[in-house]
Amino acid sequence: MIRTPLRPLARILKAREQGQNPDAIEAENKRLRHEDDRDRSRLQAESRLLVMGVAFFCAFLVIGARMGMLAGSVPEEPTAQASGSPIIGQRADIVDRNGRVLATNLDTHSLYAQIPDMIDPAKAARELAAIFPELEEDELLEDFTGSRRFLWVRREISPEQMQAVHDIGDPGLLFGPREMRLYPNGSVAAHILGGATYGREGVNSAEVIGVAGVEKFFDDALRDPSRGGAPLELSLDLTVQAASERVLHGGMMLMQAKGASSVLMDVHTGEIISMVSLPDFDPNDRPRVLTAADNATDQSDSPLFNRAVQGVYELGSVFKIFTVAQAIELGLINAGTMIDTQGPLQWGRFRIRDFHDYGAQLSATDVIVKSSNIGTARIAMMIGGERQRDFLGQLGLLEETQVEMVEAPTGDPLLPPNWSEISTMTISYGHGLSSSPVHLAAAYSSLLNGGTRVEPTLLRQDGPQNGPRIVSEQVSAVSRDMLRAVVTEGTASFGDVEGYEVGGKTGTADKPRPTGGYYDDRTIATFASVFPADDPRYVLIVTLDEPSVEALGEQRRTAGWTAVPVAAEMTRRVAPLLGMRPDVETATPTGVTLTSN
Amino acid sequence: MTEMVYGTIPVGSGDPVLPRWWRTVDKWTLSCILALFGIGLLLGLAASPPLAAKNGFEPFHYVQRQAFFGSVAIAVLFITSMMSPILVRRLAVLGFLAAFIALAGLPFLGTDFGKGAVRWYSLGFASVQPSEFLKPGFIVVAAWFMAASQEIGGPPGKTYSLVLTVVIVLMLAMQPDFGQSALVLFGWGVMYFVAGAPIILLVGLGAIVIFGGTVAYSNSEHFARRIDGFLNPDVDPTTQLGYATNAIREGGFFGVGVGEGQVKWSLPDAHTDFIIAVAAEEYGLICVLAIIALYATIVVRSLMRLMKERDPFIRLAGTGLACIVGVQAMINMGVAVRLLPAKGMTLPFVSYGGSSVIASGIAVGMLLAFTRSRPQGQIGDILLRRGRV
Repeated sequence: MIRTPLRPLARILKAREQGQNPDAIEAENKRLRHEDDRDRSRLQAESRLLVMGVAFFCAFLVIGARMGMLAGSVPEEPTAQASGSPIIGQRADIVDRNGRVLATNLDTHSLYAQIPDMIDPAKAARELAAIFPELEEDELLEDFTGSRRFLWVRREISPEQMQAVHDIGDPGLLFGPREMRLYPNGSVAAHILGGATYGREGVNSAEVIGVAGVEKFFDDALRDPSRGGAPLELSLDLTVQAASERVLHGGMMLMQAKGASSVLMDVHTGEIISMVSLPDFDPNDRPRVLTAADNATDQSDSPLFNRAVQGVYELGSVFKIFTVAQAIELGLINAGTMIDTQGPLQWGRFRIRDFHDYGAQLSATDVIVKSSNIGTARIAMMIGGERQRDFLGQLGLLEETQVEMVEAPTGDPLLPPNWSEISTMTISYGHGLSSSPVHLAAAYSSLLNGGTRVEPTLLRQDGPQNGPRIVSEQVSAVSRDMLRAVVTEGTASFGDVEGYEVGGKTGTADKPRPTGGYYDDRTIATFASVFPADDPRYVLIVTLDEPSVEALGEQRRTAGWTAVPVAAEMTRRVAPLLGMRPDVETATPTGVTLTSN
Repeated sequence: MTEMVYGTIPVGSGDPVLPRWWRTVDKWTLSCILALFGIGLLLGLAASPPLAAKNGFEPFHYVQRQAFFGSVAIAVLFITSMMSPILVRRLAVLGFLAAFIALAGLPFLGTDFGKGAVRWYSLGFASVQPSEFLKPGFIVVAAWFMAASQEIGGPPGKTYSLVLTVVIVLMLAMQPDFGQSALVLFGWGVMYFVAGAPIILLVGLGAIVIFGGTVAYSNSEHFARRIDGFLNPDVDPTTQLGYATNAIREGGFFGVGVGEGQVKWSLPDAHTDFIIAVAAEEYGLICVLAIIALYATIVVRSLMRLMKERDPFIRLAGTGLACIVGVQAMINMGVAVRLLPAKGMTLPFVSYGGSSVIASGIAVGMLLAFTRSRPQGQIGDILLRRGRV
């Protein structure tokens, strides 16, 4: 842009010549330039003001339109709780391996009050108190006449109660549809299923959320609308589960135990067919968690505690088979190798004893059959701590199980702080390392199914897991023979079930005192069994907490007298349910001739 | 002839004030403002009895107070609108200084009335919020600076006004009062825009805002959740916003009827920040649209009149005043319909509050003074430039 200079030299010189004041020229030019500037900025401002005016007009228009849209829409009913996202009320069923229902939903209603719409609060309060004895008329009236506008009266009501409330006839009393989680089998599989409760609630639906067990572990999947309500298939067998519970409950009473658990696992697939923990509860009416007010030092006293998954115990002699199997796998011994069992075995300031004195030497099979601590400890010394730890790690005994329950991570095995030589010796016969019954079931399955690792699972599987190999087929077979020998001629002689060729290993562990050391009169009795021993299909672990039974004039606490008979009874009941035919020698009819005509 | 050469003769001091005022004032805007005052009193009758009941006063205690403050505000409005722009500027600068000092003294002498932000001086019978009075004064001072910068050899007024804005925004943000500080910033922004902000700067700012917003939305989960929550059509019905939204829905097109509304009992700010919800519930969409139309008329009409204004100071100051009044109303109503995120801001002239009403009276009084029709030298244009602009 070419500007007129404020002092154009030609004009200044001319003015000077004519004797005029040149400043007047500058002042004039300045005034003109100023006016130019003003005009330019005024024109710019004019257009910008127009833009702003239009913008304001549009903004007001938008607000008015929005007001109109809101005014034209239907008002929402107020709710007691916030709802950011839409509430999805559906929750998929849970079924067992044969499709029988373990958890399902029942349509029901909740009762709420829109207080401004109520016509006769006094009458409504009086009649509601008559229908629901647990409600107080005074409190209801106070709520209905106070400043509240909305009130949940009952979360779930029965159809009869609904009709009665309907008959009160007050327009302020309204019903919201609900889905209620129902466990039709009551306490069967209670610990596995866990339980459910209401999450966010609206008047039109409420979320049902899992609080424990598989209900919580699979909460997202169960509520996921994209799965189309397909039921969750568990590996459990409902009839087997119910039978196991009944047998175990009877056994627990008979053996005067304060708790008991059992795990039945398919050795090839790792599927948990039944898993029981007693005492149990009804998931339809889940008891509350123990608090400090209950004087409970330990959540393990609560019926909610799942002993099979969460309870980590020193399981005792059931571990011996791992030591012997590893030694055979490493080629250090074979089934007939004679092991020094002269006792007691002195190691530093520790002394290892046997239950009886078994003489100077036993074969490796007899170490298992007679359950010699000294013999097992000596074999463990041959193996060494590092290899022992690796082997137990391969069996999954050193870390939490991956079983599909929220409680699984709390069943973390307790390991010795440093794996010293004395730890190696005690762990070889199951002391100094605590793990849960599910750990043990998975480890036994891995060892006995031919030697490949299985992970415990609660989901129905289609075929064997075929995990990494842990021991050879031969070692697995030798282990099975040894376990069978324990039942036929060893400590588990009560465990034989005719026709199912049960093999197993007993374990009796003294319970550790919270203050250190061990109790003399409190034990955990475990029987880890496998059947049939020549071609294993199932592993059954039965654990009794503090059993005590009087037999032959003595107070018996060992597994052979307590857990083994319970397990045998359970096998007897469950094996036919699993479709297994007892393998009894068919009595060949002598002297009878089949005739036909 | 003299007139034609030198422009219109300045109006002599002997000319009667009131006829001249009536002849030149923007009667449409004035009527709209008076109508809004009236609506404010009417809504106060509906919205404030619950508060009065809660505080143990007779039902229409707050309506009486509002009527009193409203009368003061209208008187101030009339007096201010009769002043000449020069006088308005002088008084506004003095008023601005006083309000600025009062604002600076707040941390030492102010009270927070238990609301967590020190914004008020308590005078016993009433309380004063200096930031309300600061706004119109600030607009005038900033406009004065900017207009001065357009003189040849004038001071760098735009820089000065920016510094002043930043200082005030920081002081308000420290109270904290982000609503008022945003309003002050916005007022300065529109004046700078009209005073000739470079177009490159505007485009650049817009680009930065869009770019920054996109980056923040895609990278910061927190930010994204805030925005999503805001865009989400569902609102938690137990919050103030939820009550307000529901009240608008309850009201429908014609309202539930005078005195029949429920929302005023649930909303603690029914008489101030959410008075539009009360209006919507009791009088329906009709009343709300009327209120919106009144504000739109005030703002748009004032801006149109200012388009013709040749004096840069008057143009800028008028723009600033019209815009902050309009934007304040817009934010208040935008929050109630959830077009904007929640921000406590009163509805000018309508909401209850002494400081707010009187300060609004001063602001629109000044606006009316600035938008009065006065000679704009059109004849000079015709004669000197032969009709060229």
